[in-house]
Amino acid sequence: MLAESPKTNRRDFIKTSGLATLGLLIGLDAKANLLNLSSDNAAALPVEINPFILIGADNTITIINPRPCMGQGTIQSVPAMIAEELEVDMENVTIIQSDGKSKYGAQTSGNSSSIRRLWLPLRKAGAATKEMLIEAASGKWSIAPTQCYAENAKVFRKDNGQSFTYGELVEAASKLSVPQEPVLKQKNEFKILGKPAKRFDLDDRVTGKAVYGLDIDVPGMVYAAILHSPMIFGKLVSIDDSEVIKIPGVIKTIPCERTMIYTTTDSVAVIASNWWAASKGRSALKVAWDKNGLDTTLDNKEYMSRCYTAAKKDGIRFEEFNDFQSKFETSQSKLDLTYETPFLSHVPIEPETATAHVKEDGSVEIWAPLQGPGETLEEIARYLNISTEKVKIHVALMGGSFGRKAYMDFIKEACFLSNKLKIPVKVIWTRDDDIRQGPYRPALLSHMQGFVEDGKIKGFHHHMIGESILGQVFKGLADDKADPWIGEESSPNNNKYIFTEAHKVSWTNVKTVIPIMWWRSVNASNIGWGQECFIDELAHLAGKDPLQARLDILEDERFRKVLATLAEKTNYHQKLPQGSGRGIAITRAFGTIVACCITATKSGNGVKLDSVVSVIDCGIYVNADTVKAQTEGNIIMGITAAIKPGIVFNKGVCAQNNYNNYPILRINETPKIEVYIIENAEAPGGVGEAGLPPVAPALGNAIFATTGIRKRNLPIDITNLTA
Amino acid sequence: MPKYILTINKKQHRIEADSDVPLVWVLRDYVGLKGTKFGCGIASCGACTIHLNGNPVRSCQLKISTVPATAQITTIEGIGEQVLHNVQQAWLELQVPQCGYCQSGQIMSAVALLRKKPNPIDKDIDTAMAGNLCRCGTYERIRQAIYRAAKMEAEVVTRDK
Ligand code: FES
Ligand code: FES
Repeated sequence: MLAESPKTNRRDFIKTSGLATLGLLIGLDAKANLLNLSSDNAAALPVEINPFILIGADNTITIINPRPCMGQGTIQSVPAMIAEELEVDMENVTIIQSDGKSKYGAQTSGNSSSIRRLWLPLRKAGAATKEMLIEAASGKWSIAPTQCYAENAKVFRKDNGQSFTYGELVEAASKLSVPQEPVLKQKNEFKILGKPAKRFDLDDRVTGKAVYGLDIDVPGMVYAAILHSPMIFGKLVSIDDSEVIKIPGVIKTIPCERTMIYTTTDSVAVIASNWWAASKGRSALKVAWDKNGLDTTLDNKEYMSRCYTAAKKDGIRFEEFNDFQSKFETSQSKLDLTYETPFLSHVPIEPETATAHVKEDGSVEIWAPLQGPGETLEEIARYLNISTEKVKIHVALMGGSFGRKAYMDFIKEACFLSNKLKIPVKVIWTRDDDIRQGPYRPALLSHMQGFVEDGKIKGFHHHMIGESILGQVFKGLADDKADPWIGEESSPNNNKYIFTEAHKVSWTNVKTVIPIMWWRSVNASNIGWGQECFIDELAHLAGKDPLQARLDILEDERFRKVLATLAEKTNYHQKLPQGSGRGIAITRAFGTIVACCITATKSGNGVKLDSVVSVIDCGIYVNADTVKAQTEGNIIMGITAAIKPGIVFNKGVCAQNNYNNYPILRINETPKIEVYIIENAEAPGGVGEAGLPPVAPALGNAIFATTGIRKRNLPIDITNLTA
Repeated sequence: MPKYILTINKKQHRIEADSDVPLVWVLRDYVGLKGTKFGCGIASCGACTIHLNGNPVRSCQLKISTVPATAQITTIEGIGEQVLHNVQQAWLELQVPQCGYCQSGQIMSAVALLRKKPNPIDKDIDTAMAGNLCRCGTYERIRQAIYRAAKMEAEVVTRDK
């Protein structure tokens, strides 16, 4: 159960309008800026002792959140790390989203890094500030700092209980030097971190008051609907807008560009006084595109067939323990199999949208749902060829993202158009744009080889074959090199399996022009599918129960505990009725271990999913309920990835364009879900993505346990299973 | 341009718009009620769900010209104006939203369901809520929150007896 929140209606909790409205934020050096303020209002102004913390003389506490919220709750969990060490109650704190300025450091919500990367720096920021406030108080009382303590935004004297509020101390504190190694609290001293907490921001999310990117309204703005080439990257040949300009509300059409990270493509924008007119205008455009051979190169089947060809040859080695091939050749009991995953789209329910205003003086203001204000600020400065000081970012809440809104193509489109018009322009993509234009999770082929001896899995080779994000998008992968990102994630160092005879991990880069990008859990969902289904197959070959077979090759205590907990919570050792079966999988991603067990029952020609239980060990965490929520969400997204269609190209055009032909899981298809968290004091791991990778293999393994049918290629139509 | 009168959350609005503008854009861009969301435009996601005379409808499918002035339109802004609706309260108790973008639509569908079926069973929830997608994956909590809201309503009813 969750603790009751004493206040349930705190509309001012998040100031979505950002830093600008505060208008009081003063520069890095608080002392210098204080001098610039007129003496009569100085007392009321908040002082910035640290870029993330503002304390007003009236004891108002403001914390800057440097990690945008896409639903994972960073808007509260990140500031909580500061509040804990600063000794302030979250109830009395105002939270403001950072605006991309470099003083806030890295600000991208991604790679499940918000808690694990900021765990020390932000706690230190809070603790250092608290120590300065204590020092200021001890100075006023002329006692030693050790004779004081901080609690609930006040510093108290231990001897007589007298106190100063932080507001009364802030000016004096701001003149002190910042302690470099402040003392951090121990886990047992935490009042906020690790305790279940309600998310204050949810009040606005159940009343329709939360402001998402799509809800941005800037005075004088016009709307843009953008026609992209049906074949991504098609060259614009001609535009006929004669029917478009007849539509009431349409202002004009403008040739536009979509700037992806490594290339720029043509598009045509229809500008109108309202979105509906713009989108009608878009439909009335007659545009000719040059295919440029894209009808044969944008082809998922052609790409996958090249992956299969590559699977016949050796890849580039990431790691090898003993000579795998020679051991494999002489082994008596072995398997040699391939597993496929498809391209996938992110499809957040809020489509890509951005509002930009490039002004006459060349400066730009941006309001958008985005994952990385810091990156966006720099990238937009480069794109518009202006200095970073001329870029102002307002981060809007994201209506889901899953990696998609870290890609800035839609933001640059708004900037491009506003740069032409010099008025605010709001770009809204349709679902069609979202699904057809990519970028996608890469499809991957896993070629697996392994052998068993004495009832134990002793040899294992995972050969990953496909396109690389580092290579395609960032042009950072030489042809003779293995993708280090994928290598790290598939390494024995990460999955902890010990194969005593031989272990090999290798890679072949098969290129494609189908645009790819990170998608929730990045490579881990692709790697997990091959790895965990194959372990299951080897376990059966060894005549072992799949959970026991894993325990036999795992020494790592954390992995073992997660599996043992999964067994306990699912009554794993109790037989299921005839016609039902369980499948399990365990993966580690972003420093977090998650095991998943899916129970299925035969139904018609297929199976029905009964329940999913996941056990997560993410080390120390901020909010148990958020960890659960993220893991529940990962289960749903993982099932969708396993049983709903992947992206398919037909003659260069993405065959899907909306939720009717690119469906995602619905509530009536959702099995019962349970999530359990392992309690420990290990370093924090990522939570937003780690729950996803084990879901699909647990499902594939459950299908096998239930029906005897082994599915090796995703997606699986679970209503109609054939071997 | 044609003029229309719409009754939204019990207030009358005079709107000048083309006859084919879908209600979702009328609400958002003409009336300024942005709690109703857009996700697909083809009645596939439910993000735009509102009530028309108490029945849940996808506002992306309703052209302004087809909505009579007498029709009662209710949006997310209109269901818990003074105090939160039980459904909203239950949503908070169970901490349902993640990004929350789909939740206006989810809540509108749930409110309509409970009005028709104060004691829903799993099957009723499946039927009433299957049209509302959630990419964040909050379905398990939505189901529990509907049961919670039903219980809250029942408690009020018994108390008032
Ligand atoms: S926008 Fe109306 S159902 Fe999706
Ligand atoms: S809560 Fe994000 S789409 Fe439902």
